This record gives sequence, C-alpha cells and structure tokens, in this order.
Amino acid sequence: MHISEGILSGEVLAVGTVLAVAGTAIGLKKLDYDKIAGAGILASAFFVASLIHYPVGPSSVHLIMNGVVGLILGWGAFPAMLAALTLHAVMFQYGGITVLGVNTLIMAVPAVLCYGLFRRFALKGGRVATAAAFLTGFCAVLFGAVLTGAALMFTGKEFLEVTVALVGSYFPIMIIEGIITVFCVEFLKKVQPEMLG
Amino acid sequence: MILEPFAFENSIIHRLDPRLRLVFAVVFSIATALTQSFAPLYPALGISIILVAMARLDSLALIKRIAVVNVFVLFLWVVLPFTYEGDAVFIIGPLAATEQGLMLCGLITLKSNAILLVFISMVATMPVAVMGHAMGRLKVPPKIILLLLLTYRYIFVIEQEYQRLLRAARVRGFAPKTSMHTYRTYAYLVGMLFVRASERAKNVDNAMVCRGFSGEFHSLTEFAFKPVDSVAAVLMVLALVIIEGARWASILI
Repeated sequence: MHISEGILSGEVLAVGTVLAVAGTAIGLKKLDYDKIAGAGILASAFFVASLIHYPVGPSSVHLIMNGVVGLILGWGAFPAMLAALTLHAVMFQYGGITVLGVNTLIMAVPAVLCYGLFRRFALKGGRVATAAAFLTGFCAVLFGAVLTGAALMFTGKEFLEVTVALVGSYFPIMIIEGIITVFCVEFLKKVQPEMLG
Repeated sequence: MILEPFAFENSIIHRLDPRLRLVFAVVFSIATALTQSFAPLYPALGISIILVAMARLDSLALIKRIAVVNVFVLFLWVVLPFTYEGDAVFIIGPLAATEQGLMLCGLITLKSNAILLVFISMVATMPVAVMGHAMGRLKVPPKIILLLLLTYRYIFVIEQEYQRLLRAARVRGFAPKTSMHTYRTYAYLVGMLFVRASERAKNVDNAMVCRGFSGEFHSLTEFAFKPVDSVAAVLMVLALVIIEGARWASILI
C-alpha cells in the first residue's frame, strides 16, 4: 500500500511529513532504550512479512500485518513502521523520500488506532476476542486504504475514480487480513501471551 | 533472498561522500515533487538519467525497479484521462480522453521517474549501514537511526528464519492455495516470526547491555569531503539551478 513519488501535491506531502514526525516522536518517547531492540527486530519481522505472498484465486497478494504490529507495539508502531518503510524505499524503491511521511501514516495510524480500539477486547477470550482480532486485521487495512484515498483526494478531486478502484481492490485483502489476524493473535496468545501485554 | 543490487558496486557515484548524496537526493526529490509544469521536468529527468548512467548499475535489476514504479503509473494512464473533466482529445467508444487528464498523467510519469532514478543513483548506491551513519552526521536523532540499523541488521536473519519455517511446512506437504488452511498456515508462520523476533530481541538486548551499550552505534567510517566531492557539489547545485531556471523561464515567457 505504498504511494509512489511524483503523484501527491506539495501540501499533502508536507502535512503527511509533519504528522509522521509527530507520531514518530511520540512513539520514540514511549520506547525506552531497553525496548528499542524489540521494536527494531519486530520492524524486521514486519518487513519480512510484507514480502510473503499468498494466493487469492488466480493472483497473489502480500501480507501487511500492520494490525498485529499495532497490537504488540502500540505507539511504538510509528517509529517501527518508519524504519521498515525507509528500508522498503532504500532497498526496493517502494515509495521514496518525499512520500515517506504519508506512507508511514498509511501504515502506522491504523496500527495505533487498532491498538486503542481493539486491544482490550482481543486480550479477552471467546467470541469477543475473535471478533476483535478480525476487526484489527480488517480495519488496519481498511483505514490504510481510506488514508491512501484521502491523500489522493486532497491532491485533486480528479483522483476520485482511481481512489474508488484502489480502495475497492483492497476489500478482499481486508477480509483475508482479518482472518489471518484472528489465527495469528490466537497463536500469539497461546505461545507467548506476554507479547500482547 | 533480500539483496541490495546497487549498493556494492564501484563507480564515481559510489565513491562520492554519502552525506552529499543524501542531501542532493532530498533536495532534488522535494524540488521535483513540487513541480506543477513540464518545463523543469525535462532537465530533471535528463539529469537523473545521466546520474544513473554514471553509477554503472546492473541493468536487469535497474529495469525491474523502473518497471515496478511504472506499473502504477500505467494504471493512472488507463484511468485518469477518461475521468478527468476537460476538453476531449480523442474518443474510444463511450469514453473521452481529456487534454487535462493526459497532461496530468504526463507530469506524474516524468516526476515519478526522475525522482526514482535520482533515488536509485544517489541513495540505493550506498549500503544501509553507511546511510545510517551518514544520517547521524546530518543530525538525524540517534534513536531513530539506531532503530533503522537494528531493523536492517535483522531483516536478513528473520528472512532466513521464514525460509526455514516455509521449507519445514513444504516438507510436510504444504502447498499454498486459496483456502482457510493456507491462511491459517501463513498466520502461524508469521506469528512464529513475531515470537522468534521477540525472543531474539531479549537476547540482543541482554548482549547489548553486557557490552555497555549507551544508545548509539559508533561508526569507524570517517566521512571525508574530498576534492571530487567539492566538484560534485558544485555540479549538483548547478543541476538544481538549471531545473529551477527552467521553472522560472517557463513562468516568465
């Protein structure tokens, strides 16, 4: 879900950068030096997860997993996503310097929102936890798609159809990310419950 | 396998001071991204092509990277001209392509490619470790650099771990399909990656504390601004002047 260079307007890029810097500053404040190794290595896991492709019908898409990273790291997801996305840009040229702020927001804002909205319920048991975990995966992608759309629409209203096509194409991914997040959170709760706090 | 195909070559570009390359890439990207007219984009694209040529990169890897970015650009070419309101240039069936839509696509294409090529030639040509230390000298906060370098350090380890888990799954007959079983398997795989990452983080943190880690990775690389860097800096300023000059010339004329 990266936006490439050269598409967004200066205003959107500037606002994105300022907000991403603010979010990262909050995140870094919450990450003491003894937690920074954990955040860095989780950012690596997030980076690797985004390279994992799974089949959907005849095509294949890659995992995003920003919801799970949000549940684990909370505000720390901001600097972690920034690090992972910087590496995406440097190593694969997904995104770039000027859109780094916007791309960080697209990944990190949904992560932090899901942390705030669903973490409490995801830690419980039974159907509530399953629903919360599903919503974490689903909404993390949905909010990301909405933010992508917002960045395009604030650039120019002529992007309306492009935005609709993009957000629509993410719909199946939202559902599958929801399902995968349910299994993943269940797994983490069994294997290492302290990771989710 | 995660590779950095451009970072470990040897060309005049690779030998330039990383700090200079970072600063130029940032300034060039911002200047190009803010452009609203065609005039400055021709010299910008020209300069970016010259820089990539000077970096003498692996052409196959280069073509792949350019293709990835242009797939999205192509998608815009398919949609935008027909949805943008304006004066129709040509008509296909019920759809009319507008001049304004085509112009916008042209602008985006030039901008995207110019910024991409400069980024490849200036930034992708340095190893991430070097980039981190160069960012440190440019006064980027040490905590974010530490996080970046740690992330870089462990992506290769985690990726190998993933390959190992995947191989183990395949040996047991796992074949990815569009099925719940596949998604469950991938979910457990990724869950295991997160668990291993967090376990490893504890060990790494302990090891760092044992070695008296105080919050910063020190670099033995001495960044030296050589005469060739001064020449390059002058040329880079000149390049930016040409781009900005083209912008003003097109406004004034």
